[in-house]
Amino acid sequence: MATRIEVTGLTAYYGKFKAVSDVNLTIEPKNVTAFIGPSGCGKSTVLRTLNRMHEVLPGARVEGRVLLDGEDLYGAGMDPVNVRRTVGMVFQRPNPFPTMSIYENVIAGLKLNGIRKKALLDERVEESLRGANLWDEVKDRLNRPGAGLSGGQQQRLCIARAIAVEPQVLLMDEPCSALDPISTLAIEDLINKLKSSFTIVIVTHNMQQASRVSDATAFFSLEKTGDPGRLVEFDKTSKIFTNPSEKRTEDYVSGRFG
Amino acid sequence: MSTATVPEPTAPTADGEDRLNLRGAILPRFVPFAVAAGSVVVALLIYLLTPVDSEIQIVLMAALIFVVAMTAVSTSIEGSRRARDRFATTLVYGAFLLAVIPLVAVLASVIGKGAARLSPSFLTHSMNGIGARDSGGGIYHAIIGTVEQVLIASAIAVPFGLLVAIYLVEYGRGRISRTISFFVDVLTGLPSIIAGLFVLAFWILALGQGFSGFAGSLALVVLMIPTVVRSAEEMLKLVPNELREAGYALGVPKWRTILRVVVPTALPGIVTGVMLAVARVSGETAPVLLTVFGTNLINANPFSGEQSSLPLYIYSQAGQPQQFAIDRAWAAALVLIIIIMVLNLVARLFAGRSRLK
Amino acid sequence: MTTEPDSSAQSAEQRGAASATVPPTDGPDGDPTRGSTTGGPAPEPAALAPPPAAPAGKATIGKADVAFKNLTRAAGLGLLALIVAIALFLVLRATHALGQNDGNFLTTQEWFPNQDPPKFGVAALLFGTIVTAAIAMVIAVPVAVGIALFITVYAPRRLASPLGYIVDLLAAVPSVVYGLWGLLVLAPHMKGIQLWLSDYFGWIPLFRADSVGRSFFVAGVVLAIMILPIVAALSREVFLQVPTAHREAALALGATRWEMIRTAVLPYGKPGVISASMLGLGRAMGETIAVALVLPASFKISWNWLEPAGNTIAANVANGWGEANDIGRGALIASGLVLFIVTMIVNIIARAIVARRRDFSGSSA
Repeated sequence: MATRIEVTGLTAYYGKFKAVSDVNLTIEPKNVTAFIGPSGCGKSTVLRTLNRMHEVLPGARVEGRVLLDGEDLYGAGMDPVNVRRTVGMVFQRPNPFPTMSIYENVIAGLKLNGIRKKALLDERVEESLRGANLWDEVKDRLNRPGAGLSGGQQQRLCIARAIAVEPQVLLMDEPCSALDPISTLAIEDLINKLKSSFTIVIVTHNMQQASRVSDATAFFSLEKTGDPGRLVEFDKTSKIFTNPSEKRTEDYVSGRFG
Repeated sequence: MSTATVPEPTAPTADGEDRLNLRGAILPRFVPFAVAAGSVVVALLIYLLTPVDSEIQIVLMAALIFVVAMTAVSTSIEGSRRARDRFATTLVYGAFLLAVIPLVAVLASVIGKGAARLSPSFLTHSMNGIGARDSGGGIYHAIIGTVEQVLIASAIAVPFGLLVAIYLVEYGRGRISRTISFFVDVLTGLPSIIAGLFVLAFWILALGQGFSGFAGSLALVVLMIPTVVRSAEEMLKLVPNELREAGYALGVPKWRTILRVVVPTALPGIVTGVMLAVARVSGETAPVLLTVFGTNLINANPFSGEQSSLPLYIYSQAGQPQQFAIDRAWAAALVLIIIIMVLNLVARLFAGRSRLK
Repeated sequence: MTTEPDSSAQSAEQRGAASATVPPTDGPDGDPTRGSTTGGPAPEPAALAPPPAAPAGKATIGKADVAFKNLTRAAGLGLLALIVAIALFLVLRATHALGQNDGNFLTTQEWFPNQDPPKFGVAALLFGTIVTAAIAMVIAVPVAVGIALFITVYAPRRLASPLGYIVDLLAAVPSVVYGLWGLLVLAPHMKGIQLWLSDYFGWIPLFRADSVGRSFFVAGVVLAIMILPIVAALSREVFLQVPTAHREAALALGATRWEMIRTAVLPYGKPGVISASMLGLGRAMGETIAVALVLPASFKISWNWLEPAGNTIAANVANGWGEANDIGRGALIASGLVLFIVTMIVNIIARAIVARRRDFSGSSA
């Protein structure tokens, strides 16, 4: 499991608007890579290009290459449906399906892939919920609605739902921004645990969080509003936060800008 | 610019290998069009071999062949999940096309046939002395009737509905409010003829009043109330609680807060709902038929004697076998549609101005 | 607010704020639609008059408050009284005629309220009402859901909003216009397809026909066309409210577009679609004019739905009303009472379906 991602010459558009320009970086397997930067710098956009969710928005398109273990996601013959199954995603706000129970939420992806056997599904539900550190809290109420859980629990449910389909990579788009500090801590613990199995990319506004959970950090920025975002610096997290090579990175991580 | 340390890209895997199973056999874009063209050709061939009765059947046959062929092609090449996706896409597009045809046909008929007969004299004359075989006549009396009946109905239903909505949103708690809410739903689904029968049983048969425009208004009131309550309720719910609290914090009594702050804030949305309700009842035929009765003469007094109304006029003219009468029905239908469309457009203008929506 | 264009949750929030019935996705308690986040910019309550300073004013304010509350409550209770009055007066007028009835009202098919002794029953009418409404529902609901999906999911964005607008306008076209069109334009064109159905599917009893014409089937199709825009317009509104977050969640799990619809859109929209369908069913069962113009008004239960036969409760009221005497009117009102009860039952069933999985319901409808 776990896969290397190489991004080369990536430029993403929303209609005519160029959101992010010419990004090159390599995300190592079984590592946590954090994307940080001010609002509008395109870090979420880059994240969404990694599983072809960017193109879901009307008018959005991508240039450049994203290699997953050497295979270009945007190459000919690539099926976005298969790509998204291989590269899972967790969103900013917890979004369990409101019409489904906890159990149904976890197996939503498996059912799409035609897995119907009850025993296998039961097994995968427990596995995924344990993997998301949620099993003990919900094992007695798997048939209750997923939307009835607390915000932090909902987000872990979403993580369980994402890992149930056994992806290689897990993308997280500011997964803690809607959560309280305690739930945030629980998610961060979980990220530490998950990186033994998955390649994880996380977008965060919170620099402490980036320094706590990530192995590598990419700093994105933009000159001014309306300009495309660019990758300023990409390096080991320890280096970014202690001794960055770019002045702009230093200004940002030390809180002097943004 | 990127100062990232870009390591050597890993060597691409051998051609064709797909370890992560990212690839999917996806049909080229032209395939659906090719299959569609093929289906039409096959349908035409079948038509030539075994002539069928109408052109519609060629279209149906072609559509059927397309669905079957496309599903087969897609299943064999793309797999069942994609095939199902394509099948659903075909059905959705099909549903849309299927619906567009009759709906556009309705509008086209009304506009085409109605415009041919519509004239200034049609709008300014009644049917006084005009028989079904005569070509003249107009809808002046029917327009007067519709306008009066709808205005009276609105004058009763709007304040009443608004008060009910205020009760439900601002005061209503517990069982009474739930019961009221349920019966608003029941009224929403009430067949319009029941409203007519009710007024007939109550106003005309029990109270011994005659047929009149006002009796028609009463029936329309029953139909308007639920629409007004529901739309006003939705809009009042959208008013932020801060506004109410700001009122209370200033020591303003609740009723004044509601009337001076909450209702005005929600007003554009409420007006939209009212306009839509007015548009709906303007086209109601059945309740008016039982209570207004219909006449060929101009009767401007809604409180006494039979009146006419546009829907009623269309109904009575369409029931006649003569072409003159049918032409009048189309023209009246066009006028009615124009009135309703204008009401709808005005409603939308108000909706656009709303701060809440 | 961030200026980031790619923040999905943010756009979902804006979408939520833009719609009238924001469904609560969390917090089952309380009334989230009244929450502060849903409103636009709040106007300053500067228009408020300062509270009267005189202490004597307090008492009058309290009274006015109570009076206003009672006024609104009276309106609410008045609405209940209205329903009671509808039921009461229909029953009152019906019982007189029913007392004179020589036949069993529920099982008799004939309708001779004017003869002596009067003999009439609602069986054939109720049958016709249910059959035409059922045909209309079978045709209209799937097609309407298809239209709503087309507009909300499939159509290019530039096309979507004008299409939605057109559907809304079509929903406002009065039924008498559809009836007119059904009678004069559609009915003549339906002959071919009815012949075809009876030729190829005649082995199904419902499609067997000695002659085809203004049948249940034609009436059902006209009703279907009539309720199509209203069901489609309401379904579209429900589907528009499906949060982008749920649609994206399904796609991110590797769902195809159809699977996304089945996972995120349809379950979320189900209560709303059911409500819309019930409204459509109510309209179809109660539709008077279109059916009265199409059906030949015969009083017999006919299982051959392509043959020219049949009548419905509502159409019979419109047709029979002109020549009805006192008993006849009572008989028509009695049949209307049956229609009223049937629509009530349909409404209650629909509410039960919608409420059954309320915990799981994404929609507050």
